[in-house]
Amino acid sequence: MSGKVLMRGTHVLGEAAIRSGCRAYFGYPITPQNELPEYMAAAFAKMDDAVFVQAESELASINMVMGASIAGARVMTSSSSPGISLKQEGISYLAGMELPAVIVNMMRGGPGLGNIAPAQGDYFQATKGGGHGDYRLIVFAPAYGQEIADMTRAAFDMADKYRNPVMILGDGMMGQMMEPVVFPEPVDPAALPKKEWVLDGAKGRPSRIIRSLWLDTALEEELNWRLVRKYERITEEIPDQEIYMCDDAELIIVAYGTAARVAKGGVHRAREMGLKVGLYRPKTLWPFPSGPLARLSRTLEHIVVFEMSTGQMVEDVRLAVEGRCNVSFYGRPGGSVATPEEIARVLSSTYHRMGSRNHKGSEAHAVRDLSRRAAG
Amino acid sequence: MKKIFSRPESLKDAPFHYCPGCGHSIIHRLVAEVIDELGIREQTVGVPPAGCAVLAYNYFDVDMAEAPHGRAAAVATGIKRILPDRVVFTYQGDGDIAAIGTAETIHAANRGERITAIFVNNAVYGMTGGQMAPTTVLGQVTTTSPGGRVPLRDGHPLDLSEMLGVAAGSVYIERTTVSNPKGIMRTKKAIKKAFMAQLENRGFALVEILSPCPTNWKMTPEQATKWVDETMTKFFPLKVIKDVA
Repeated sequence: MSGKVLMRGTHVLGEAAIRSGCRAYFGYPITPQNELPEYMAAAFAKMDDAVFVQAESELASINMVMGASIAGARVMTSSSSPGISLKQEGISYLAGMELPAVIVNMMRGGPGLGNIAPAQGDYFQATKGGGHGDYRLIVFAPAYGQEIADMTRAAFDMADKYRNPVMILGDGMMGQMMEPVVFPEPVDPAALPKKEWVLDGAKGRPSRIIRSLWLDTALEEELNWRLVRKYERITEEIPDQEIYMCDDAELIIVAYGTAARVAKGGVHRAREMGLKVGLYRPKTLWPFPSGPLARLSRTLEHIVVFEMSTGQMVEDVRLAVEGRCNVSFYGRPGGSVATPEEIARVLSSTYHRMGSRNHKGSEAHAVRDLSRRAAG
Repeated sequence: MKKIFSRPESLKDAPFHYCPGCGHSIIHRLVAEVIDELGIREQTVGVPPAGCAVLAYNYFDVDMAEAPHGRAAAVATGIKRILPDRVVFTYQGDGDIAAIGTAETIHAANRGERITAIFVNNAVYGMTGGQMAPTTVLGQVTTTSPGGRVPLRDGHPLDLSEMLGVAAGSVYIERTTVSNPKGIMRTKKAIKKAFMAQLENRGFALVEILSPCPTNWKMTPEQATKWVDETMTKFFPLKVIKDVA
């Protein structure tokens, strides 16, 4: 498979994982991501050194991931929103035990069983913990097929580098959409750097322990601070974003994943109307790429945050902006997908409201107006 | 002078934290002796439970990986599938394996995972302070069945080993006790057979060991061993439940 190929998102992810040295997959079916375990099952069946297990539950699968990671494998699991909730116990343990693993969430509508349409309601869960305790996942948010391939490679590399679980946060639409992709060169798992901490039997060395229990509060506190230092290092090293048509922009829209693709279409239409608008697209959601957004906010009048949720990432945008410009929110939760025309209308109405009012006052109006528009 | 008794190599030189009369100390030693005798110390990975034996990694001198409560069979599955030539055992209490971990255990057995499960049944939640377990026997008083376990409210004692015996992937299931010397000898033989089943790559093996918990049963160690022999074995008869060669 060299050169450009046309593949759906879930298959891109599977192929990229295999090419990244992933040789273990454990999962449990849930729509809309079943094509990924199916791809792994078919591919691994042809490989001697690869392990595929369809587990009896999401709980079992994430714990099998834990075992495979303990044994040193590059390992992946995937699911969709309700299934990811079930995996949170194991994800907290993976973080506490500092075990690398890649977890894919192809989000669907929620809360609860919700629906199988593309949504972005799991942002908080992905970036703010999800499971218990003080921890962070590295969260990648691809928007294009090529990015799925590239970020999957990065996810496995970052997981190993930082000994931390990594989430690839997509949605049902991204998983189904077919796009041309060029895959990264395959990695030979045997050629990857040796992990000095794995449990493979204490042959010729002292026995090792991988644990998450630290009854001694001083040791637990030490672990927590050590994790913080690691997270600080990650925050310095990996935040990534796309800044699109922002040079002369007075208004920008901030969106990620599928929402960002729709938003980009909206920006094009708004530009055709002569409006100075741009797009800021976080490619990593944790760590959130705050720096460039903070710099942009100094010269902007207004930021619209668009999410396929009722407003989650908007909180991180507000933290980055620190009141330097107005921030309003536009959302389509529950599996509804906005159109570029709709986004252009939002941008246009916000743009024309800008400058004509006191900034602080206008924000509340904008939010209310836009919420009403979303409801209508 | 001839040395006739010493600490197994697979046990670290660390004093056990277990209560007086608790069966874990005996069972730890038996598992370690078996690992030594089979010469597999350097190829074994153990998965201790959440519960009284959560600190087993402080005692066993083999690679040890902690699992979330009940998930040992799934964690062990992940390890064993990646390292099929290593020996992987889980060490679980009744709350761990027969309540929260029932699904993981039954499915690991049904898949015929080449792992060995040591299931310590003391009919009570030990570490959390003596609450009713799935294996609490009828009439038994615990902190959450203060008038004694009654089926209508609390359900019946769960025969997990019998359930696992039904699973097509299990090859060796035996219930033993460490409440008396004969039982201890029998338990060691069973543990060895369970590890052998894995070394011979035959399937899932489990030894359920009836084990006294004087502290939570509010008995003396002597009363506790007697209670195992006279009461617990009525609900959990000592026997080979499955042995497929």
